[in-house]
Amino acid sequence: MAAKKQSGSGRLSVAKTYKIYINGKFPRTESGRYFTLEDKRGAVIANVCRGSRKDFRNAVVAARKAQPGWAKASAYLRGQILYRIAEMLEGRREQFISELVLQGATARAADKEVDASIDRLIYFAGWADKYQQVFSAVNPVSSSHFNFSILEPTGVVSMLAPNDSGLLGLISNIAPTIVGGNTCVVLASETLPLSAVSFAEVLHASDVPAGVVNILTGYRDELTGQFASHMDVNAVVYCDGGRKVARSVQEAAADNIKHVIARTKTDWASDSAQHPYLIRDTQEVKTTWHPIGV
Amino acid sequence: MSLTAVEATKRLPDLSRVPAVDEVGVNERVGRFTSRSIKTASKIEALQLILSMIDLTTLEGQDTPGKVRQLCQKAIHLHDALPGLPHVAAVCVYPTMVGVAKEALGDRDINIASVATAFPSGQAPLSVKLEDTRMAVDAGANEIDMVISRGEFLAGQYGHVFDEIVAIKEACGDAHLKVILETGELGTLDRVRRASVLAMHAGADFIKTSTGKIQPAATMQVTLVMLQAIRDFYYETGRMVGMKPAGGISSAKLAVHYLVMLRETLGNAWMTPEWFRFGASSLANDVLMQLQKQATGVYQSADYFSKD
Repeated sequence: MAAKKQSGSGRLSVAKTYKIYINGKFPRTESGRYFTLEDKRGAVIANVCRGSRKDFRNAVVAARKAQPGWAKASAYLRGQILYRIAEMLEGRREQFISELVLQGATARAADKEVDASIDRLIYFAGWADKYQQVFSAVNPVSSSHFNFSILEPTGVVSMLAPNDSGLLGLISNIAPTIVGGNTCVVLASETLPLSAVSFAEVLHASDVPAGVVNILTGYRDELTGQFASHMDVNAVVYCDGGRKVARSVQEAAADNIKHVIARTKTDWASDSAQHPYLIRDTQEVKTTWHPIGV
Repeated sequence: MSLTAVEATKRLPDLSRVPAVDEVGVNERVGRFTSRSIKTASKIEALQLILSMIDLTTLEGQDTPGKVRQLCQKAIHLHDALPGLPHVAAVCVYPTMVGVAKEALGDRDINIASVATAFPSGQAPLSVKLEDTRMAVDAGANEIDMVISRGEFLAGQYGHVFDEIVAIKEACGDAHLKVILETGELGTLDRVRRASVLAMHAGADFIKTSTGKIQPAATMQVTLVMLQAIRDFYYETGRMVGMKPAGGISSAKLAVHYLVMLRETLGNAWMTPEWFRFGASSLANDVLMQLQKQATGVYQSADYFSKD
């Protein structure tokens, strides 16, 4: 990245290399490719990794490996870790605000988005030990069985994060997925990718086990098919695109009948974008028939 | 050292004359093997070759006849959804399980390899090791994987180790003998090279890196040193010796790197299951997943492949 000479001080600025996040590490894309992010006036902001399908494959391997351990962690611990992410994000407010501004947001909008992002993490952290009670049920049956349904995480979730909401939209999708014991591979916004990479650094400092969240940057067109078709992914979330995207995702997802979750046309800043059904989306219901009486 | 029992054709060479290994050079060379680009048709061919070179292995204290039968079933039916797959080279089990494996495999063209000689430590008197070997051969094993006495080797008792291998080779009869050096316990590449030379002169048909019970198991570095020893032994004596890296090779990608190393060190003559084997348990499924990926274009999940 071009390091620009600061006026007066004579010191060279140290520019950040934006890398992807796989298995608790920050590698460059294995493909060695990158794309350039520019501001409105065409000045270079950063070079961003153009992730490949092999990066995605590696990320899924990491997510799969991390999933059983993460699902086994107690609800209390998962909640604590989500709180911790919020705390770490709070401590780095200024960085996130200036990054959003760098990508074209007004200072006020950036401030609001970071606030909302932190609050959203807290919101889902609170749900960690509650969603199970809310969504589980004891079912009336006409035989001598104690019949109950509980939720279990679906497994590995691939997510195409919202394109127009680089931080809040990303967090609004990651938080409900991991709080329920899933692990995920996320493709960051193509036009606003910087916050996602910095958020990975926050995750990294928050006791989130390696592989639970993996974040790639890159082109939608190139990776959507891979996100939808991988046989070792149990659910795919997409947040943008019209009928054509919906159709292609659903078709590719059919091979291993993964859940297809559409979250298009969502205003992520609105309060209506936070609800426990986002957790429920990536859970499976297990119903048990337990014999009672004689 | 008593060399009296040794036949005249087999002599312990002067190990002090074995060339020293340049460790930096080995690391550099190994780095090269991992950067070859192998695509589509070549990749599929390599993956199929890897499958045919696998010694499907289970060597656990918890092995049961049922587990061994299951392993044999896997050896016969790797993944029936993909037609035209080769079968693995052999199954590798403990001597007590050879009978079970033989029954399960029937008259199929899959060898039965048995570890012997007080595997994995090798800490037993020669008489016990010989009995162990004969028992495995009598039960139907056509390949014997023996361990060398690392303690004797490290103490400098090369003659003892040499005589032991010669004696075991004789006890093997027609069965192929693979000699496990347990490189993780030898410490340096120089000793790996020396042990390789010793084992080959004592009559080993194969030399093998590890038991899989000690870390590090097979690495590309030790494998390269052993391949170079095989090459020099071939130039010296005209006899081909096989190579079997074992333990820790669980991904298809890594196995392809090994094939590249084999091709570039020993050449095409060694690129068959007759002269090169992978000792592995989880490698087969990863290779199968890659082959399925090549066939369907979609990355695969372990959920759809039988466990071994």
